[in-house]
Amino acid sequence: MTTSTEVAPDPAALVCRGLRVAFRGREVLGGIDVDLAAGEWLGLIGPNGAGKSTLLRAIVGLVDHDGTVALADGRTPAATDVALVPQAPVLPLGMTVAEYVLLGRTAHMGWLARESRADRSIVATTLRRLDLDRFAGHQVASLSGGEAQRVVVARALAQQAPLLLLDEPTSALDLGHQTAVLELVDDLRRSDGLAIVSAMHDLTTAARFADRLALINMGRMVAEGPPDVVLRADRLSQIYTTPLTVRTIDHELVVLPAPRTAIQGQRPTSNQSAPRNEATYERDELQRVAPSPEVAPGW
Amino acid sequence: MRCRRSLFRRRSVVTDRASVALPAPDVLVDVEVASDRAYRLSGTSVLVALGVVVAVGLLSATSGAAGLPVDDVVGAVLARIPLVDIDSSLSARQESILFQIRLPRMVLGMLVGASLGMAGAAYQGVFRNPLADPYLLGVSAGAGFGAVLALGFGLDLGWGPFDALPTAAFVGSLLAVAASAVIARGTASSPATLLLGGVAMAALFSAAQTYALQQLNETLAREVLSWLFGQLNTSGWRQVWILGPYVVVCGGVLFAHRRHLDVLRVGDDEARALGLNPARSRLVVIVAASLVTAAAVSVSGLIAFVGLVVPHIIRLLVSHSYRVIVPLSALAGAAFLAFVDVGARTLVAPSELPVGVITALVGAPFFAFVLWRGNATTI
Repeated sequence: MTTSTEVAPDPAALVCRGLRVAFRGREVLGGIDVDLAAGEWLGLIGPNGAGKSTLLRAIVGLVDHDGTVALADGRTPAATDVALVPQAPVLPLGMTVAEYVLLGRTAHMGWLARESRADRSIVATTLRRLDLDRFAGHQVASLSGGEAQRVVVARALAQQAPLLLLDEPTSALDLGHQTAVLELVDDLRRSDGLAIVSAMHDLTTAARFADRLALINMGRMVAEGPPDVVLRADRLSQIYTTPLTVRTIDHELVVLPAPRTAIQGQRPTSNQSAPRNEATYERDELQRVAPSPEVAPGW
Repeated sequence: MRCRRSLFRRRSVVTDRASVALPAPDVLVDVEVASDRAYRLSGTSVLVALGVVVAVGLLSATSGAAGLPVDDVVGAVLARIPLVDIDSSLSARQESILFQIRLPRMVLGMLVGASLGMAGAAYQGVFRNPLADPYLLGVSAGAGFGAVLALGFGLDLGWGPFDALPTAAFVGSLLAVAASAVIARGTASSPATLLLGGVAMAALFSAAQTYALQQLNETLAREVLSWLFGQLNTSGWRQVWILGPYVVVCGGVLFAHRRHLDVLRVGDDEARALGLNPARSRLVVIVAASLVTAAAVSVSGLIAFVGLVVPHIIRLLVSHSYRVIVPLSALAGAAFLAFVDVGARTLVAPSELPVGVITALVGAPFFAFVLWRGNATTI
């Protein structure tokens, strides 16, 4: 695991300061700061409803927000600067893979211009690069989950933005395809110097791929730093309101639910009915959950 | 994020980021050929559509009570073209039938069909709804209300070359569309809200129209109704000159924005993330489509089914891309309506059927057949 905080002098790719988002008076993000260097992968983790997606959407400019979102040169990011891989992308019926990837060129075309030869070349190159060229004429709606996700990534790459945002890029994929998509993104990061922000549910995967993790809960940044600093069993158990353990297997962090035998009788009985996020901090009984002996060093 | 590009800014110059580096052009050719097929309006399909339009045109010009042979019609038309040295073999009476009765009506039918076809395609695109048709936002009800006021109550909005009835229908249509957009708080709101605004306005204007119709005496009411059914009665070329400019201008705008309709297919959020301003695109497209629909309705009344079905037929037969659907729907709509009008004129000659009735009678079974043959789930 490389932590680019140690390789520091990369130029900043993204700077967010005091990012606040409210929907009808309800605060969804309460003042978040994000710093991202070029070529760095920041993983956003946190329970459902924590505000991870909203943070991504605020960076792209899809939701109204207070605070600043700026690139290194101070500009607000445009579609040529930041590409989003949405959580549930719309795959229109009858649209072919080539057409879909061409949508990524939208920001590079004038208001009334058509795609140029260069745009078509970039689509063709991107398809070839992601090993999708044989699907060029296939319909996106007919692809399997893993192929479809690769096509969505291809569209984002065709956007040629130095900043790539991924919203739960692998939640609909099986283990093999999850790894394949994330390895692909990681390769692209290394080859193209992309800066990446991804919202991820799987903490183990997040720890494996991201340089830094940002743990968000109820719209606030709870912890931020290298995975081994952020992923601590006590903190995670509290925020996810279920006992979790963090172990090191082959030098990689693995986050697991605590073994059922170890927590018999200690799992809060009201867990199913209580809204998970709101009840987080009142849940004293969780404090009593003993950390298992094999937890990661530094615990 | 605001779209910060100016209206006509050129495509940005390809930058030197690593992912931009292009392989040698010859390496790309085969992939390009494969992918190009997907998003290009093919010359073949345009030629086929144009061929159908011409064939329908010839059929229309030669059908009717007075027999006009095909070769003489072609000769007479060519003779009118400057610098073509052909003498018309038609008599003066035949010439006047051809140029004062048949051709104006045929051209008007094509213009109305093209208007409804492309407006239908545009509406289906901006509303992302396969049931959208050009009358969706209350155009029909507004036009009907205007027509009742003009015909029945002598409301004279006519000015210069514009008759009272078409003008009133035009104004009524645009009022209804504008009201739909206003109650949905502008075209920036979601397509569903706009659609519901249209439903509300259509209901309101229909009620007003029905009430006004009830106040009329039977003769006037019959006249209003026969206009509402849709007809292509022409007096020379006047209606063609009224509708023509709208078809050219609005058609140009819709043609220029057909790529935006493809981007909108992924939804407003993703479209915005891709760099399109969905509200602005939708506004432009709705204004252009509504204008051309209102103009068509004002000269021909309400002709059902063309705007709904023609884009679907193109979709099932050719492509789902709006780059293809918008232009081909205009051509196919033109051919379809001119063809159907031949039936309207000749089936029960010497009297006439309302063309709007035949569009539905012919269109519905044909649509059903295409739907049954094609893969209905891809609509």
